[in-house]
Amino acid sequence: MPGILSTAGYSEILLKAFKETLYMTFMSTIFSVILGFIPGIVLTLTAPDGLKPNKIIYEVLSFIINVFRSFPFIILLVILIPFTRVIVGTSIGTTAMIVPLTISAIPFIARVFETSLRGTNPGVVEAARSFGASNLQILIHVYVKESIPRMLNGIVLLIISLIGYSAMAGTVGGGGVGDIAIRYGYQARNYEILFYCSIILIIFVQVIQMIGNYMYKKMS
Amino acid sequence: MIQIKNVKKSFKNTEVLKDISIEIEKGEIFGIIGQSGAGKSTLLRCVNGLESYDDGQILVEGQKVDIKDKQSLRLLQKRMGMIFQGFNLLERLDVYQNVALPMKFWGINPRSAESKEKILKLLKLVGLENKVHAKPRELSGGQKQRVAIARALVLDPEFLLCDEATSALDPEITREILALLQKINKELGITIVVVTHQMEVVKQICQRVAFLSGGRVLAVGRPEKLFIWPEEREIRDFLREESDKLPTNGVNLKLFFFGEGNQRPIVTQMAQELHTDFNICWAKLEDFREDVYGSLVLNMEEKDLERACAFLDSKNVTWEVVR
Repeated sequence: MPGILSTAGYSEILLKAFKETLYMTFMSTIFSVILGFIPGIVLTLTAPDGLKPNKIIYEVLSFIINVFRSFPFIILLVILIPFTRVIVGTSIGTTAMIVPLTISAIPFIARVFETSLRGTNPGVVEAARSFGASNLQILIHVYVKESIPRMLNGIVLLIISLIGYSAMAGTVGGGGVGDIAIRYGYQARNYEILFYCSIILIIFVQVIQMIGNYMYKKMS
Repeated sequence: MIQIKNVKKSFKNTEVLKDISIEIEKGEIFGIIGQSGAGKSTLLRCVNGLESYDDGQILVEGQKVDIKDKQSLRLLQKRMGMIFQGFNLLERLDVYQNVALPMKFWGINPRSAESKEKILKLLKLVGLENKVHAKPRELSGGQKQRVAIARALVLDPEFLLCDEATSALDPEITREILALLQKINKELGITIVVVTHQMEVVKQICQRVAFLSGGRVLAVGRPEKLFIWPEEREIRDFLREESDKLPTNGVNLKLFFFGEGNQRPIVTQMAQELHTDFNICWAKLEDFREDVYGSLVLNMEEKDLERACAFLDSKNVTWEVVR
């Protein structure tokens, strides 16, 4: 249905959608990083090569994470509707989308943090122990500090996949660039706006990756 | 003093330490040498409390190393600095911060004037005063080990434990690091325990050495005594000596030179005085710390043996008949 949009209206719609995408992506990144840090740490500590190896805790947590990771995002989105309603008060809209996005991102980032933290040179951990460091000191001063660049890389990966997911979330009433691309671009066959949407997402992803790479270099 | 008494340890079903007893005196440089898998690193890790042992006991200055008693173990670990084959520096910290790390674990402010003075002094001791803010990746292997040494000394330990500390370094750098360890031993009076598979390390710095094989102590003593003519097959194998390929006819007489012995022309004198010829079939001269030690095997006819021995006795040369 061309004609619905005037050429002048494009930029306004796109800007609003971009802001929504930005909002969904960053809010869910922040929440999932905070909430995923804890299981990431627990996995690192209880892993066979960790500071407090515990097979039961590690396997159980690992299993739960795998279960959540194997849900297709679109299914998770639907399953979580009641939960989202409890938390946000509604299950539609940009803010409501943050809930399923965060839930889907937690197990991902927990694994990313686990891998990052466990990538710490075991020799360094041993050296710290040889100087009488406590487990908590080793966790903070060795594991976390040494892993910051790797964890940062993981967060970049997370942001980029959340951009993709947020586009999917948009199709079920979440707004954002993905929503515009589907409704105006695909369904209304306005290929120009579809093109702009794609460009916006490409630039967005590139910028995030560039910032990530720069910070990785700076931090390591 | 470190006392290791009848220490035993197994990993699953493999016994890695079988009844080990060693005493390390205060102020000495003690070597623990052996093939890989002999249990020497495990032993050192037990001394430091990085690993537990099943039986026996380890006492450091009379205090038992007990991995279960975390609080007193920490205090003991503070008294024992440790360096490793892989240097084990934190990649994201610079040299200063790496050296300061143990201070953080002990609640000492690494930025205080006192700490700063101490760290800079240590960096000067190890020769890195111009690399204070370099990151480990900018350093060579030898420099990294120097940082690790400074780090190990920052809590004023009485002992420095070195776990294959020079095994990843080339011979020239190894010599430099060993000279530094010797300097630390002399100037700071720190007892040093080195675990190594390199003969050079033992020869250059160790005053006493224990030879470990298959989880047992095969021999303990001064390296020059232990290695000039080792009796144990394992030690000879370790040194890769073909010392058993001696002539089978006549008799073989072995002479030892400890330090001063090689200054005298014993063999030629003996040949002249006894008017007979010898076949020198095996010889070895080696530097141990500052002295030269050696041994020599002469092959002679049975009839000359008695006179030769009498001559050697008169010159105070240690000898032995080898069959």
